[in-house]
Amino acid sequence: MAIGIKVVRRPGAQVSYLRATLRGMALTFSHLWRPKVTMQYPEEKSSKDWTISPRWRGTHRMLTDAQGRAKCVACGLCPQICPANCIKLVPGEDEDGNRYPLIYEIDEFRCIFCGYCQEVCPEEAIHVGVHYENSEYARDRFVYDLERLSAQTHPVSTLWDPSDPKGE
Amino acid sequence: MTVFFLVSSVIKIVAVFTAIMTGVALLTLAERRICAWMQDRLGPNRVGPQGLLQPAADGLKNLIKEETLPAQADKALFLLAPAIAFIPALLTFAVIPFAAPLPTPWGDVDMVVANLPVGFLYILALGSLGVYGIVLAGWSSNNKYSLLGGLRAGAQMISYEIAMGMSTVAVLLLAGNVTLTDIVARQSTSLITWNVFPLGLAFFIFIVAAFAETNRLPFDLPEAEAELIAGYHTEYSAMKFSMFYIAEYANMVTASALMTTLFFGGWDIPFTTWDNTPPWTILKTLATLAVFSLKVLGFLFVYIWVRWTLPRFRYDQLMALGWKVMLPLALVYLVVLATAIWVLHDRLGWSYDQRFALALFGLNLLLAVPLFFVLDRGRIVAGSVAEERV
Repeated sequence: MAIGIKVVRRPGAQVSYLRATLRGMALTFSHLWRPKVTMQYPEEKSSKDWTISPRWRGTHRMLTDAQGRAKCVACGLCPQICPANCIKLVPGEDEDGNRYPLIYEIDEFRCIFCGYCQEVCPEEAIHVGVHYENSEYARDRFVYDLERLSAQTHPVSTLWDPSDPKGE
Repeated sequence: MTVFFLVSSVIKIVAVFTAIMTGVALLTLAERRICAWMQDRLGPNRVGPQGLLQPAADGLKNLIKEETLPAQADKALFLLAPAIAFIPALLTFAVIPFAAPLPTPWGDVDMVVANLPVGFLYILALGSLGVYGIVLAGWSSNNKYSLLGGLRAGAQMISYEIAMGMSTVAVLLLAGNVTLTDIVARQSTSLITWNVFPLGLAFFIFIVAAFAETNRLPFDLPEAEAELIAGYHTEYSAMKFSMFYIAEYANMVTASALMTTLFFGGWDIPFTTWDNTPPWTILKTLATLAVFSLKVLGFLFVYIWVRWTLPRFRYDQLMALGWKVMLPLALVYLVVLATAIWVLHDRLGWSYDQRFALALFGLNLLLAVPLFFVLDRGRIVAGSVAEERV
């Protein structure tokens, strides 16, 4: 042999093939009857082993006040902090001097779902949501306007709380 | 050669063809579902009840997919190869008897497409033809990995064909006949006369060789995804790819039917001779057909079961197993068995009955214990090089 390859002498139990094969087949056969882990998605969206995390950051939701108006005061912090630059905000002011958003649009395609907008919002108006089913038939449907953001009903993300890092 | 013979043959051909193609379609589903269950998943269960229409969906998808043709491929062979892989798998089934004769007003109909006197040799001849499809597919793709896959298939087929042939010679020794209907008839007197008992080791060799011949794991080196992308069918798409798939499963069905016929009594119902004595009735035909299907399905399950349990052999292990273990084993076994049959039949003058089968069964057990003891000591999956001299 040109190159000295060392072949390790192993005890019979380690190099057995037939017994190992039979044992393996017994194992796979027993697995046929075990409970299956598959979650049948469209019908079944959470199980006792798995539910979506309350920290999940999905498509946004604008909270509204008692009169049904968006809580947003158009302060401009969220478009400022947004790293993906996906929030379009045009502020307006009514006769009492209250600021409100004339245009508030989020491009969900650009959004990276970092959740900074929710963190930075002083009015707790814009939130990322615990929601993941967003399919649409046209691309332009992914720019959510204020009306649509306010109409969302899914729960909002709790985000990660530094004072309670394990979520207890 | 009467009109009745022609008509009944055509009906049988259509029926068998339909049954195999439907079986193959459902087998692809069974494979996916059983493998899923073994992995604690559910598998495809969306299309139709329990996913039963999944094969139809797959077929439709394959029909409307784009057919690709590599620019440098050998066009004629590239187009021909899937058919060459597919046809022998179906042809082999022609000589397998699948039920007791069916009585009709015009006479009994043998439940075998072609009751060839040389049925057995026909199987050996056609059984290895399928590899041409694979080799040609690998060659004509003009792709080095496909070629390697094709070459591996060829080498593997040659290595295991011999052991397979040798193991079936044992069946012929016992039956003294090469007609499959006679081989079935010889086995049908009781359970112990099923060839698997008097010829247990031959069955062991045959089943290992059959796995190798059908390119199923642990012998699926021709398509080894990890090393060869997908081996011989890398360049194929759509229905041509599907043809290889169908061929593989059709081969499995045929190999299972062969194991049933040669070693498990064919369509014989165990513990009774009601099914294999005339007068034939439709009930007998249906019952034996059901038993035959059950046996074949059992073997198909074993195929799937083994595939999702065992890892693939390394190439040198495959060759070593074929040439250093299976072939000598088959030869020695043949000699021992021929001697035993000679002693029992010619010297002691026993005719083939339960006593005869029992004696051979004892001999097989006696041989099996040391054989499996030796085989289990790292002889099958050993290192590829000799031990270093110190």
